[in-house]
Amino acid sequence: MGDIIFGIASIILGVIGSWGLYWLLDRAVRLLPIIWQEKLRAVSFLLPAAALLLLVSFLPLIQTLIWSFMDARGKKFVGLENYIDLFTSVEFLGILLNNFLWIVFVPAITVGVGLMFATLTNQVGPSREKIFKSLIFMPMAISFISAATIWRFLYTYQPEGRPVIGLLNAIVEAFGGTSQPWLTIDAGRLNSFLLMIIVIWLQAGFSMVMLSAAIKGVPEETIEAARIDGASVRTIFFKVVVPQIRGTIMSVFITVLILVMKIFDIVLAMTGGNFNTSVLGFDYYRELFVNSNFGSASAVVTILCVLIAPLMWLQIRSVRNVEENR
Amino acid sequence: MKKVLHKLSGFKLGTTLMLIILVAIWSTPTLGLLLTSIRTQDSAANSGWWTALADPLGTEWTLQPYINAINGGMLDSLLNTLIVTIPATVLPLIIAANAAYAFTFIQFKGREIYFASLVALMVLPLQSALIPVLRGFVWFKQTTGIELIGNFPAAWIVHSAFALPLAIYILRNYMLTLPPSLLEAARMDGASYYQIFWKLVMPMSIPAIASFAIFQFLWVWNDYLIAFIFVGEQKPVMTWKLMRMLGQYGGGWQDVAAGSFISLVIPLLVFFSLQRYFVRGLTAGAVK
Repeated sequence: MGDIIFGIASIILGVIGSWGLYWLLDRAVRLLPIIWQEKLRAVSFLLPAAALLLLVSFLPLIQTLIWSFMDARGKKFVGLENYIDLFTSVEFLGILLNNFLWIVFVPAITVGVGLMFATLTNQVGPSREKIFKSLIFMPMAISFISAATIWRFLYTYQPEGRPVIGLLNAIVEAFGGTSQPWLTIDAGRLNSFLLMIIVIWLQAGFSMVMLSAAIKGVPEETIEAARIDGASVRTIFFKVVVPQIRGTIMSVFITVLILVMKIFDIVLAMTGGNFNTSVLGFDYYRELFVNSNFGSASAVVTILCVLIAPLMWLQIRSVRNVEENR
Repeated sequence: MKKVLHKLSGFKLGTTLMLIILVAIWSTPTLGLLLTSIRTQDSAANSGWWTALADPLGTEWTLQPYINAINGGMLDSLLNTLIVTIPATVLPLIIAANAAYAFTFIQFKGREIYFASLVALMVLPLQSALIPVLRGFVWFKQTTGIELIGNFPAAWIVHSAFALPLAIYILRNYMLTLPPSLLEAARMDGASYYQIFWKLVMPMSIPAIASFAIFQFLWVWNDYLIAFIFVGEQKPVMTWKLMRMLGQYGGGWQDVAAGSFISLVIPLLVFFSLQRYFVRGLTAGAVK
């Protein structure tokens, strides 16, 4: 009961407090001479956001970069040692390989599946379209942890002699195979691929919704013209529709790519990073909470940031494009 | 476009059938867990959920797993999740709306550069800030005596900060579409920038605010990492609880399943009732 009251009180206080903060800032600026008022007007609206970003996101990033060159307790400067240790460890190279596989497969397949759903649902009439789309889109509302619960149950393995309760093993047995503890099998990184399926399952709805909206925006004349010229359905789709929605395809691809590079929860909840399924986002967590190594954890996250940096540039560029087309 | 595609394919029934099969495949994993959550411990451990589906009348259905999950503290966790989620949705929205207003309507030096760095921050991984922020909170405790770690405000602060870049971006995009003439008229009438923001721009931006609010609500509700690090076991949220249940196994799959579905109720309600706004937000670029 105390928590409920505390919660409600803090929500009300928070809202009034932040509103009051902006009111105070406005008052403060108005006390200044006119010239300063003009110069500081933006500040009274930006200050809280700037302070928060500086203190909780930008300065900590710099601190993390510095720590990546320090020892486990963040006390002594050790140069490149953390990085050398990482890049000479077979385990870490395996982690990079996993990240690479995630990057290669998940965004492309998610776009492909989304495109398939988008074209199919566009053909069945508005009422059916709505139902199908809702069902495919539903996993978007599910947390990574709940999704992991759902899929761990699907992949679950019972020791021999016990009845099969996992769907995957039931299907395998129905086709004459034997039950396997799938998540422990790292041959050909099979278990990593099983984890990727979950993320594709989660994100396909997002991809479908974005691409469906884009396809609906393709002008009918272009398709009609191609049809009159005698182009086949397939040609029309790949040569007329796809080129016109390339921008959306790219933005879905980049969004899923960024998500996949930071992937963490799924690995934690499915395998705990065991059986060679670890990725950078998870390795950071392990270095920090299992090994208590600040230096190494910071180095891992720095590597992640370096890999993401080109995407920042892509992001800025795509935003510029949007602005110029406005 | 749709009309043409109809003519092109001509076999709507085939497409519908194919979609039914695909959607069935897509829903099967969830359905399996849902059915398991209403089975007895004995049957869930000793037979596949599909056997219950094949013989619904001969199966013993029960709500016991839900009772177990609730007795295990799932409702308290639901409350904790709500207390984390609501302020972590409202606060960044107010802060971001103010900042977006400045970026859209007020000229200041370096505006473009600041905005570009904001866009860059959008893709920054959360992990890059965790240890220093955690240390900062410890320092804050030492200097002021206020304990943030293990309490809700810690999660609000971190969630707010990491929501800001995207929120500012989306709200600014929307504010750019508001008619500038309206604002000029208000200036002529002697309204201050502050009044224009609260009386004019904020109410007019409601559609964008709604889209982002839904998105942020789902994001915070489903988050594990920030809740784990900054709130932890003192005030366990649902993702934390669920993770714990997954690790223990003891109770069997049906209890984990029930816990999972309790955590899904509110996001699914929000999602299905406000899907339209959510989709609008997505197509406007509301993705982390």
